Amino acid sequence: MDIKDIIKPENRVYAKSKILTDTPMHYCPGCSHGTVHKLIAEVIDEMGIQEKTIGISPVGCSVFAYNYLDIDWQQAAHGRAPALATATKRLMPDKYVFTYQGDGDLASIGTAEIMHACNRGENIVVIFINNAIYGMTGGQMAPTTLIGMKTATTPYGRKVELNGYPLKITELLAQLDGTCYVTRQSVHTAAAARKAKKAIRKAFENSALKKGTSFIEIVSTCNSGWKLSPVKANEWMVENMFPKYPVGDIKDI
Amino acid sequence: MAEKILMKGNEAIAHAAIRCGCDGYFGYPITPQSEVMETLMSEKPWETTGMVVLQAESETSSINMLYGGASCGKRVMTSSSSPGISLMCEGLSYLAGAELPCLVVNVVRGGPGLGTIQPGQGDYFQSVKGGGHGDYKMVVLAPASAQDMYDFVDLGFELAFKYRNPALILSDGIIGQMMEKVELRPMKPRMSDSEIREKNPWATTGKTPDRKQNVHTSLALDATMHEKLNNTLQSKYRQIEANEVRYEATMCEDADYVIVAYGCMSRICENTVELAREEGIKLGLLRPVTLYPFPTKYIQGLASQAKFIMSVELSAGQMVEDIRLAVNGKIPVGFYGRLGGIVPSPEEVLAAFKEQIKNLK
Repeated sequence: MDIKDIIKPENRVYAKSKILTDTPMHYCPGCSHGTVHKLIAEVIDEMGIQEKTIGISPVGCSVFAYNYLDIDWQQAAHGRAPALATATKRLMPDKYVFTYQGDGDLASIGTAEIMHACNRGENIVVIFINNAIYGMTGGQMAPTTLIGMKTATTPYGRKVELNGYPLKITELLAQLDGTCYVTRQSVHTAAAARKAKKAIRKAFENSALKKGTSFIEIVSTCNSGWKLSPVKANEWMVENMFPKYPVGDIKDI
Repeated sequence: MAEKILMKGNEAIAHAAIRCGCDGYFGYPITPQSEVMETLMSEKPWETTGMVVLQAESETSSINMLYGGASCGKRVMTSSSSPGISLMCEGLSYLAGAELPCLVVNVVRGGPGLGTIQPGQGDYFQSVKGGGHGDYKMVVLAPASAQDMYDFVDLGFELAFKYRNPALILSDGIIGQMMEKVELRPMKPRMSDSEIREKNPWATTGKTPDRKQNVHTSLALDATMHEKLNNTLQSKYRQIEANEVRYEATMCEDADYVIVAYGCMSRICENTVELAREEGIKLGLLRPVTLYPFPTKYIQGLASQAKFIMSVELSAGQMVEDIRLAVNGKIPVGFYGRLGGIVPSPEEVLAAFKEQIKNLK
């Protein structure tokens, strides 16, 4: 059988989403960002909402998200994405608006913006990548860094006396009346990625239903920052991150 | 006859916003400008023009809401007073860097720090020299009446969109709080979504198959790209300097002496000029209407005609530096200012002026 006989539309089991551009990703091999980007692209594609979706990218490794998803983007100042999303959604209520933020951006410098956007119940989607470290600036401590975890600014491990406790901001946001769907997911296995994709789709559907803010934390790896191989990073995440940041729905109204 | 209504300068800002097709106002309360949002909230424009009005959690958030709204090609604005504007400077730098149009109103109070709620003009440097980080400029309009407050909203938006750049109305506590008759201009409708798509093809209105994605960012990590981006901004600023200088010169044609004052101080100095003229002193008044771009060329002309120029400000001497740069040592430049919210009378300014010309050779 010739290869041309095999490459036929009816034999296709998978295709790259047309929302994903051909730009080579700058993310380190093993990083969760690429997988999460792919999932968002597939959801936008499957819902047929490319013309109606506005993304807000953060400051951090995913600042360049606009290079990889072929939709309109606004790139926000550090932590301010929820403010941009608020105005965008209110001024264009028929659009799907989502922010894509890391743990430094969302849970440290942007705490006020995320808290109040969620509390107002803005009909937006928030994708929160929690890898417990600042990736882009070179592996410094994040608010979500685990106790004892070594980073560039906690070279002897995070200590409570010095740095306080890992911030479970997702649980905090679930307390707010403005959030309708708060969930924690991961993308380290095919099964986990499928669940995460379902959550992302549900979040986008929620914003069309005007139910309030949908918030998805993705517990992620930063193998470069953690100084582990991609495989080891996944194992480390399951062993150390999941006990502190257990996956599953926290709120679903 | 057009309708004239007695109102505060701050209220005029709110009415102008509703009537000139503003799409969204995002603000945070601070004295002495809170009437802007209060008026908007009581007028409920979302029921009439569809304008969005939202009280944000901070000035930081307000200015970033403007970044979001401006990215969508909408006419968006905020207002605040000095300490709030300091918080907005981060956002203003990003807006300027991403070439996004918006309107910001600063009803200036005395500083530094929490300062005082009394009027001041100490935010001149922050407004015309930057405030935020990096090489950027904002178009800065200085109103001297409640009518100016009204008219500069539409003008501010017009200039902001013409150059895709933030515009700032640099007002002060007096202009914001005092009541004057204001003529309401004819209603201008808000732009429809299809008009926005046509007039602002750069806006993030959703990527359609007929165009490439629109991205608003101020980031360019490649040095060559980043220098190019900066050069684009700089050539835009040169255009603004060439096209948009606005000023009012009163009795400057034959003047031996000229006072330069803006905002509330230009109103007071009008009387100073009248008093001087009554005494036979040939004093004129230059009121810069745009502080950036600054009327540098006009002041250069004055320097070859007059013997002395004096800047009068509610600051320790900020605009006077730009006057000195324009005059370039040709004639003496004086300064008179009061601080802490104290506003000098026309007589006090005249006395200070006479004292300073005494020592001229």
